[in-house]
Amino acid sequence: MTTIIETSNYPAYLQEWGQEKALDLLRKMLLIRAFEEKAEELYALGQVHGTMHLSIGQEASAVGASLPLRPTDYLLNHHRGHGHCLSWHGSNVDLMMAEFLGKETGYCRGRGGSMHIANVESNNLGANGIVGGGIPIAVGVGLSIKLRKTDQVVLVVFGDGATNEGAFHESLNMASIWKLPVIYYIENNQYAMSMPVKKAFNIERLSQRACAYGIPGVSVDGNDLFSVYEAVKEAANRARSGHGPTLVEALTYRWRGHSKSDRQAYRTREEVKAWQKKDPIKRFAKKIGLDEKALDDLQQEARKRIEQAVAFAESSPEPDVATIMEGVYA
Amino acid sequence: MRELTYAEALREALRQTMHADPTVFMIGEDIGVYGGAFGVSAGLIDEFGPERIIDTPISEAALTGACIGAALTGMRPVGEIQFMDFITLAMEQLVLQAAKIRFMFGGKAKVPFVLRTPAGSGTGAAAQHSQSLENWFVHVPGLKVVMPSTPYDAKGLLRAAIYDDNPVIFVEHKLLYKTKGYVPEEPYEIPLSQSKVVREGTDLTIVATSIMVQRSLQAAEILAQVGIQVEVIDPRTLKPLDMNPIVASVKKTGRVMVVHEAVKTGGFGGEVVARIMESEAFDYLEAPVRRLAGLDIPIPYNRTLESHAVPQVDNIVDEARKLVRGGY
Ligand SMILES: Cc1ncc(C[n+]2csc(CCOP(=O)(O)OP(=O)(O)O)c2C)c(N)n1
Ligand SMILES: [Mg+2]
Repeated sequence: MTTIIETSNYPAYLQEWGQEKALDLLRKMLLIRAFEEKAEELYALGQVHGTMHLSIGQEASAVGASLPLRPTDYLLNHHRGHGHCLSWHGSNVDLMMAEFLGKETGYCRGRGGSMHIANVESNNLGANGIVGGGIPIAVGVGLSIKLRKTDQVVLVVFGDGATNEGAFHESLNMASIWKLPVIYYIENNQYAMSMPVKKAFNIERLSQRACAYGIPGVSVDGNDLFSVYEAVKEAANRARSGHGPTLVEALTYRWRGHSKSDRQAYRTREEVKAWQKKDPIKRFAKKIGLDEKALDDLQQEARKRIEQAVAFAESSPEPDVATIMEGVYA
Repeated sequence: MRELTYAEALREALRQTMHADPTVFMIGEDIGVYGGAFGVSAGLIDEFGPERIIDTPISEAALTGACIGAALTGMRPVGEIQFMDFITLAMEQLVLQAAKIRFMFGGKAKVPFVLRTPAGSGTGAAAQHSQSLENWFVHVPGLKVVMPSTPYDAKGLLRAAIYDDNPVIFVEHKLLYKTKGYVPEEPYEIPLSQSKVVREGTDLTIVATSIMVQRSLQAAEILAQVGIQVEVIDPRTLKPLDMNPIVASVKKTGRVMVVHEAVKTGGFGGEVVARIMESEAFDYLEAPVRRLAGLDIPIPYNRTLESHAVPQVDNIVDEARKLVRGGY
């Protein structure tokens, strides 16, 4: 097992991508943040019925994880999944916002909502309301790739909490013995609702669990886009070349409460503030040599884009009650 | 008269039994400092400490198994499954272990625990956080199923469930947690398996569970204004079910409708209706029996669709009127 605190290879990646692509990655992180800040605002205004799980502070983990993957690969997402959904190839923020507001034009025709956003056309096989729910499904996606003999891979995203469900263990073992092309991606944001990782595990790093299944495990700085990219890229290469799954742990932090109703009695403001200093967006901007003014401009751009998405969603029709029985069976 | 919310009433039952009986403890996800997803156990960790208010990792099967093992060895655990939907992850332990241990062991063991869990829609939580799965457990011999509809019943039934020597699935409703009602301060038990007539009437019997009891009572008020007198019965314990008040009521009214939130197909209503047909009340029926229940769909996210997916007061009024005034 290796622990990468923060990769030093970023100048090489920057050279490989060029400044325009680097800016695009930054734009994507800003778009995610703006989406979620708007989601929070709409919620506070009472315009959203339901719950949501914000990933503010975890944007590098989302953008970095999708980055080394191809449009033909697959994503299985989890409940804190706005970021991964927006990072995935072919995502459309208008359709996301429309889904969030429960509109017919949304990704799931207003039936799924924040916790279930999927974009099946683009191989985004959906967020999941069940902790760990996507982990066994990834075995099936991996198996299908193997049987169909393609060189696709599947990225399955879940939280630290999910690794304590039995399904996690059954699945990693199966993917390992069958050498399936699965990237198990733990977004360790230090808490599962109110349960701190320190109380939920007796190990130092969740990636250590890979040992038990005979697969590589790696922990990376999840607030550093380059480090996330590097780890997932390596896991993807391994999977694509038939060597089987990898367990990647991205160490990050959620800035907001678990969901809409969380007094956050289980952590201190100081702890939150300390992590906010490691803002993944600012860190990336700095590494690509952007000054504050330029970052500010990009942030405004992202917010404008989100306003357009809200306008699209708000002008979209509600689902027709007459269609309520539709879509249960194929 | 002292009023408490449904959540407070549950908490009071938990607090009182835990003070009186050192074998009672709670175990579940985020029930400690967080106070439970719906606040039922708020503050209890300060009173009883983390040894008796046990926060678990996200491991429903193991926490349910922990209830079983502790119950087998002299404790009376109260487990919490954060949303009823997640009870699916504990099915093996519940259905294959908890329900069968006593019988398989020739009656020589007992498994006294309660598994509390919030069910129901109406919060916009969509398909995986809104189900009412009570009838799955009604189907399993060895399990008891309790579903309180008022703060008063919640407190008394929870205490009875804790002191019952069998595994009890205790189904709460998310929309009821904040509803208020009279709750005596002293500890009391409401015996399991006693259906209750919550409103008397002569024209129609409504058998309703959980939040549908409240909606049926509201419907009954509206119907009374047009001269239809509805009798509302709350079984409170779905398994083992006390049919006596239901049969007696149907003999009196000659008409019956069962109302529940769970989807109609395979739901509790089918069982109640079948038992009425098998009973002496059959000869007294003046109209076909009715079931008003959730549509056979997963709960949609969109607010309007969500409310159309399960019976609302208006639907109960309409159905009742048709049943009494003709139309069926
Ligand atoms: C099987 C199951 N158990 C419990 C929950 C309730 N729940 C939703 S998210 C969550 C915490 C998840 O923690 P983690 O996996 O670390 O993801 P995070 O929310 O931190 O991103 C819990 C307990 C659920 N949705 N599914
Ligand atoms: Mg977490």
